[in-house]
Amino acid sequence: MKTVVKIDTETATATPEFEKAALRQESRRGLFLALPAYLYLIFFFVISLFIVFIYSFATRNRFGGTDLSGWNLDSYARISEPIVRDVLFRSVWLAFLTTVICLVIAYPFAYFLSTRRVAVRNIMLVFVMIPFWTNFLVRNFAWRVILGNDGPLTNATEFVGLGSAELLFTQTAVVLGLVYGYLPFMILPLYAAIERIDRRLLEASRDLYGTGLQSFRHVLFPLSMPGVIAGSILVFVPSLGAYVTPEILGGAKTTLLGSYIVTQFLTARNWPFGAALSFVLMLVMLVTTIVYFRKGGRTL
Amino acid sequence: MSTSVEPRGWAKAALHANGWFVYMFFYAPIVLLVIYSFSNSRNVGTWGGFTLDWYSDFFDSSNARGALSNSVKIAIFSTIISVALGTMAALSLERFTFRGKKVFDALLYLPIIIPDVTMAVMMLLFFGEFFDVLDALFGLGLRKGFWSISISHIAFNISFVSVVVRARLAGMDTDLEEAAIDLYASRWKAFRYVTFPQIVPGIAGGALLAMTLSLDDVVITQFVSGPGWTTLPVYVFGLIRKGVTPLINAVSVTMLVVSMLLVVLSIVAQRVRRNG
Amino acid sequence: MTSAVELSGITKRFGDVVAVDNVDLSIADGEFFAMLGPSGCGKTTTLRLIAGLEFPTEGSLSIFGQEVGTLTPDKRPVNTVFQNYALFPHLTVLENVGFGLKMQGIDKETIRSRSMEMIELVQLDGLAERKPSQMSGGQQQRVALARALVNQPKVLLLDEPLGALDLKLRQEMQLELKKLQRDVGISFVFVTHDQEEALTMSDRIAVMDDGKLLQVATPEEIYERPANRFVADFIGQTNLLEGTVSDAETVILENGISVRAKNGFIAGTHVAVSLRPERAHIQSQGKFEEGWSHVNGSVETVTYLGNALIYGIKLDWMDLEVREENHPGVELHRPGAEITVSWDPEAISVVSN
Repeated sequence: MKTVVKIDTETATATPEFEKAALRQESRRGLFLALPAYLYLIFFFVISLFIVFIYSFATRNRFGGTDLSGWNLDSYARISEPIVRDVLFRSVWLAFLTTVICLVIAYPFAYFLSTRRVAVRNIMLVFVMIPFWTNFLVRNFAWRVILGNDGPLTNATEFVGLGSAELLFTQTAVVLGLVYGYLPFMILPLYAAIERIDRRLLEASRDLYGTGLQSFRHVLFPLSMPGVIAGSILVFVPSLGAYVTPEILGGAKTTLLGSYIVTQFLTARNWPFGAALSFVLMLVMLVTTIVYFRKGGRTL
Repeated sequence: MSTSVEPRGWAKAALHANGWFVYMFFYAPIVLLVIYSFSNSRNVGTWGGFTLDWYSDFFDSSNARGALSNSVKIAIFSTIISVALGTMAALSLERFTFRGKKVFDALLYLPIIIPDVTMAVMMLLFFGEFFDVLDALFGLGLRKGFWSISISHIAFNISFVSVVVRARLAGMDTDLEEAAIDLYASRWKAFRYVTFPQIVPGIAGGALLAMTLSLDDVVITQFVSGPGWTTLPVYVFGLIRKGVTPLINAVSVTMLVVSMLLVVLSIVAQRVRRNG
Repeated sequence: MTSAVELSGITKRFGDVVAVDNVDLSIADGEFFAMLGPSGCGKTTTLRLIAGLEFPTEGSLSIFGQEVGTLTPDKRPVNTVFQNYALFPHLTVLENVGFGLKMQGIDKETIRSRSMEMIELVQLDGLAERKPSQMSGGQQQRVALARALVNQPKVLLLDEPLGALDLKLRQEMQLELKKLQRDVGISFVFVTHDQEEALTMSDRIAVMDDGKLLQVATPEEIYERPANRFVADFIGQTNLLEGTVSDAETVILENGISVRAKNGFIAGTHVAVSLRPERAHIQSQGKFEEGWSHVNGSVETVTYLGNALIYGIKLDWMDLEVREENHPGVELHRPGAEITVSWDPEAISVVSN
């Protein structure tokens, strides 16, 4: 047999310096790959976040512009004004409500999914994925049509003699839209968590005289906690900052934080106040997620 | 598998009922929307006989067509860039160690957890402060519109792409790359002939997600688009706020069809993933 | 003659962890060489160093006299059969086998003919168009072998090559690997944690623990004359009787009995006498072979293995395990029976602690 491979002629004995240089080269390669995205993120997230932060201390001038001189905490102070507090409380409350409703619907569903045969389960999952991928605006608009003045819902309620449902432009409609929009975000992590649980643990629980309910409380639910938390964050976070849904399904009296911030920029032209509100919103999200990761969650 | 621990009786019935309810809840509104888009009635929620008028109105409207073409252009462009950057980022995080890796990793999660509205504000202020500077520096003749929207979409899409590609890379044994190098492949050839074919489904999945998110976005686009420039979702959103017309039904259903196409593609990609 | 692989003073550190500690090792051409040790002992790292998948921190590493310590794997005339094979799942068997040749820029015709030849050699004729996922573990193993050997490496490295196979297939493949190695005539260096596998297959074995090379010798030497306590204990079963060297011929055991034990230690050294279970013999108390060392004890447990019996023996100061072949007429001892354990002084070895 002939030798095909030629040994490279530049050879030397390995030294710690060579090893270090090789490691450095490897690390440079990694950094080189990361660099474009790294710079992009620094530019558009670190720097722009910093700009938002700066703006939040600025003052709105008489013409709707922003003066960057004369920094103050006025914008943050405004958060305690009753009207702003109402918006904040309402947003948190509706986001919380949305999360709870999603959890109540999604948990049994995810469990049900995990007990199906694999083939059935995959098909069922696909049909959960489809709304997840479908245009969010369109899905909210569908509810506008359904809940509308002479839409199918009102027609139906009038037909059975309940009178007009008149849900549109209420908080109920907003929560309905949010639940509709974010339910897949709750189902998927929950399913992932429940599916991982060893069924034999439930059998063991029953063997040790646990009732079905006790098995759920003491075995299934605690073990599925990572999924519950991940799902709750994935629903709560976008609900709190929701803009499209309240704009389409909510009315003037149901202004939520997202719309309120947008108003500060596009209509009221109070950029510093808007910046302060967005910064607070982002902090809430960041703290929530960091707490989750600290607690050892990984399913985000 | 033992079924002795599964709920029985009323609990089982309730689980089944909840299952049906969830699917009804998901699909009834979509189906109704599709039906009403063919309804020959000025009223969006009433049936007035079959018609295709709203669709022809949509395709006749130059505004709508312009918005659609803008959306598609932005979706394609931002997807290509974010797939390239996101894939590189994923590779660097899954296969290398380097200085600042932890910070980079954390930074990549930021776009995913930041609410749309905050990100929209960030982009608005950023472009307010920097767009002219960027323009002066690089002389690109950038105007708010295509570029500002694309740049913003890339900013959030890099993260989503990298998460999807990373998941795929994490599931792929580093043994394969080592085997390639042991078999006389250079680093590049190992990527080209082994790593890349292995992560194609992940890249495809990431690309479809990026495209979907780009086509979905309303808030950020609304904040950074320039005068006279709009995408389809922003256009539709504007129409809805002015008042609901059957034309919106038709536009929505069109967007729905695009979404569905992307879903089908993503499922195909998942199939490949399983067989790969 | 130059060695196929020569390591001298090779050290590999990962941060503060010393994975391979100042190893000197020389592997001859055509040798079937095993690297044996518990997991985490540094054997796989050593193999990866030879392959070029890691660079040594220090030391010289040469292949046929050629220093390769700073070369990447693609520049070294060695190929590796990876643990779990690392077959490319998206390529067919033929493409997998031809991969190395393709990367070297060899023309398509040659790649095809040489790959087919190699596929035949490992008896996979007719499966060339299959994907790895459509093959059994044993077949995948053969593909991995063919994929490495088609490049005509000067040394073949195998990382736990049989670890993923079930027992029966493993035994078959042991023989086949051995035969294949004789056919191709190059040295095979393989890593294993299975001492039985190392003993049956290799010409020589290197035993490693904690990054250090403890002994390099033939299977027989390793079994009969282990270099130290760890090797004696790790290779096969053994009883270690603690003691102190009295002179070159005698060791005084813990309980004060002197036994004949040839050794190379100076008087006063703490040692252990390694007594293999099958080298000891049990008889009713007071009976023993002429000239054999002996101690008294009682039977505590008896384990019936079919072809043999394992006795758990209680001595005054320690427990012993003794294996008696179960041939017809063998004397059976019940638990509680008072017995004498004896052994041929030539059949033991003395190891340092």
